[in-house]
Amino acid sequence: MTDTDRAQRLERVMARHGYSGDSLIEVLHSAQSLYGYLSPKLLALVATKLKLPPSRVVGVATFYHLFALAPKAPHQAMVCMGTACHTAGAPELARVFHDYFPDWQVKVGRCVGCCGLAPMVICDGKPQIRLTPEKLIRQVEDLLQP
Amino acid sequence: MNIEELIETEQQERERQAGLRNRILCCSVAGCTAAAGSAAIRGSIEAAIQEQGLPGEVEVCGTGCLGLCGHAPCVRSANLNETYHDVTAADAPYLVRGDRSRFEGRTVRDTDAFYAGQCRVVLENAGRVDPERVLDYIAAGGYKGLLKVISEMTPFEVVEEIKKSGLRGRGGAGYPTGLKWELVARQESPVKYVICNADEGDPGAFMDRSVLEGDPHRVLEGMAIAAFAVGATQGYIYVRGESPLAVERVRTAIRQAEREGLLGNRVLDHNFQFRIDVRIGAGAYVCGEETALIASIEGQRGTPRPRPPYPPEKGLWGAPTLINNVETFANIAPIIRKGSAWYASMGTAASRGTKVYALAGRIAKPGLVEVPMGTPLRTILFDIAGGVPAGYAFKAAQTGGPAAGCIPAQHLDVPMEYESLQAIGSMIGSGGLIVVDNSVCMVDLARFFMEFCMDESCGKCIPCRAGTVQMHDTLDRIIKGRGSEADLDLLAELAGLMRATSLCGLGMAAPNPVMSTLRHFKDEYLAHIHEHRCLAGSCTPREEVALV
Ligand SMILES: Cc1cc2nc3c(=O)[nH]c(=O)nc-3n(C[C@H](O)[C@H](O)[C@H](O)COP(=O)(O)O)c2cc1C
Ligand code: FES
Repeated sequence: MTDTDRAQRLERVMARHGYSGDSLIEVLHSAQSLYGYLSPKLLALVATKLKLPPSRVVGVATFYHLFALAPKAPHQAMVCMGTACHTAGAPELARVFHDYFPDWQVKVGRCVGCCGLAPMVICDGKPQIRLTPEKLIRQVEDLLQP
Repeated sequence: MNIEELIETEQQERERQAGLRNRILCCSVAGCTAAAGSAAIRGSIEAAIQEQGLPGEVEVCGTGCLGLCGHAPCVRSANLNETYHDVTAADAPYLVRGDRSRFEGRTVRDTDAFYAGQCRVVLENAGRVDPERVLDYIAAGGYKGLLKVISEMTPFEVVEEIKKSGLRGRGGAGYPTGLKWELVARQESPVKYVICNADEGDPGAFMDRSVLEGDPHRVLEGMAIAAFAVGATQGYIYVRGESPLAVERVRTAIRQAEREGLLGNRVLDHNFQFRIDVRIGAGAYVCGEETALIASIEGQRGTPRPRPPYPPEKGLWGAPTLINNVETFANIAPIIRKGSAWYASMGTAASRGTKVYALAGRIAKPGLVEVPMGTPLRTILFDIAGGVPAGYAFKAAQTGGPAAGCIPAQHLDVPMEYESLQAIGSMIGSGGLIVVDNSVCMVDLARFFMEFCMDESCGKCIPCRAGTVQMHDTLDRIIKGRGSEADLDLLAELAGLMRATSLCGLGMAAPNPVMSTLRHFKDEYLAHIHEHRCLAGSCTPREEVALV
């Protein structure tokens, strides 16, 4: 998608909501899925279009965990630290990335809702289940194979 | 669709399904789909049906949570009344042929304790209905409750019926649902809203998302009945952003319901208008709190505000607003269809009906179970879910996320209902039950929950913002072997302060896991303090202790 396409799509989303300030969170969700993250420029644009003070837009964008304010690294992992995963050894899984795959961007999640399959990590969008540190290392290496 | 058409559709679809030789239903909610690949298995079954020349005779479709989430993926053979777990694509031809010998050791029959011990109301359609086909829901008697209220009842009668059923909110607090509806119905206002709270942020809870992903029309129907009763025309479902599949299923369901005239300007061709929109959360636990959720729908930061006024008086955009939990709404249609007396006959005097629990942790059959209110914890964990696997010892069950507490072994016979759990310092909360064994340190568990609350505190009120940090640091000190007995008094003092002065339930309930572990497992705290030792042998970076 080119930048013009992205801009047009975002414009359409805002138009559908009648450029109303109430739709700020919906618009930010769409902006993030189009651009990958919410840059200062993008936030300023949304503020202007929805006629909101920039402080309100930045305030909302920083309040919610799912909004990313910086570009995403090429590889992302979300280590679930819900109760089931935590008690099943998730902290050791987080350490795997630190020790073996330091270039992965690691986030902590709060329960993905698959607690029966704990502990789990989502690696580049793919859920890996019933992990041990050894199994996780193998799965990540498999994912990195071309 | 009008009323006659609804009834006709129900009959036609029922007959079609009865004419099939077998229906194979693959669990198509979170764990089984995303993590364990049930979609691929469905594809293989489809191929096997073609190969064996059985299209039109055997059918494969998705369905709601079959309950055995720890042994995903699960598949149900409807005509054999059996559910198989740990299924692989290679099993497909055997499933289609109905070859049961293949599944020895992986079969759970409807007559086995796991299913026979349950009482399924909210989950009645799991294993029967495809969440992506409105016809399936209709064939199972769906939208009959809505039809009944629209064609036979007045709004007042609907509210009375819900009051008589004794249903209490399943979102945690257990407020009587009928009373809440009455409050909203009484307000004089041209605009009212109905909101479904599907934020389900408690870690370890996955009931609501399973219901939304597995039987979304049931929730829509419950909301529509509520709207009729309180006089609302617009509804919102606020779904957690971390559950994209739930968002998708709900959107599909709304589209189908609108197309069939079950939602929209003239519901079932009657003079009743109701629309539902989806709002997606953006990952803030506090947005499960009703006033924060309302702020979030309005596009603001999700911070709570002081109550009163409560949402039934002043809610979304200042209008009277009814806000209920997913499971609460999921109970509505059966209550209307089968009557409040039927519903009230289940459960205990103070807590009627059933409750869905999400079981996880050290348990043989992690997953979803639904039992009457008041069922002893021991029955749920040991009789239904198979108990703790060999080689481990039951230590405690942690109920309802960071707001609740633990139930130790000596209280295993406690009836699971609102009041009796409160009496032992715990609560049902939303319905997550995590079983921990002897290798888990309770002080560490308390710190884990406090860290969660510290991260999730919205920062608006000081007792919560500062109190969670103080409590967390104190727990951390104890775990690292640098605590003193005075720290235990400090914890109790902070807990009292936070409970009394926090703005919302997050800060008020944050001390609960600490106080409940202190109550039942004080020896573990003391061992950390006096002997620099973890009785469970799980926590403490030992080097740090050595430094002290
Ligand atoms: C911090 C906090 C988080 C909450 N999270 C949820 C939630 O995830 N889902 C929910 O239904 N209720 C949640 N609640 C309770 C709601 O505020 C509200 O009481 C509930 O949605 C009312 O519905 P009910 O009467 O059907 O239970 C939460 C409350 C607090 C204080
Ligand atoms: S705790 Fe990890 S999926 Fe629920």
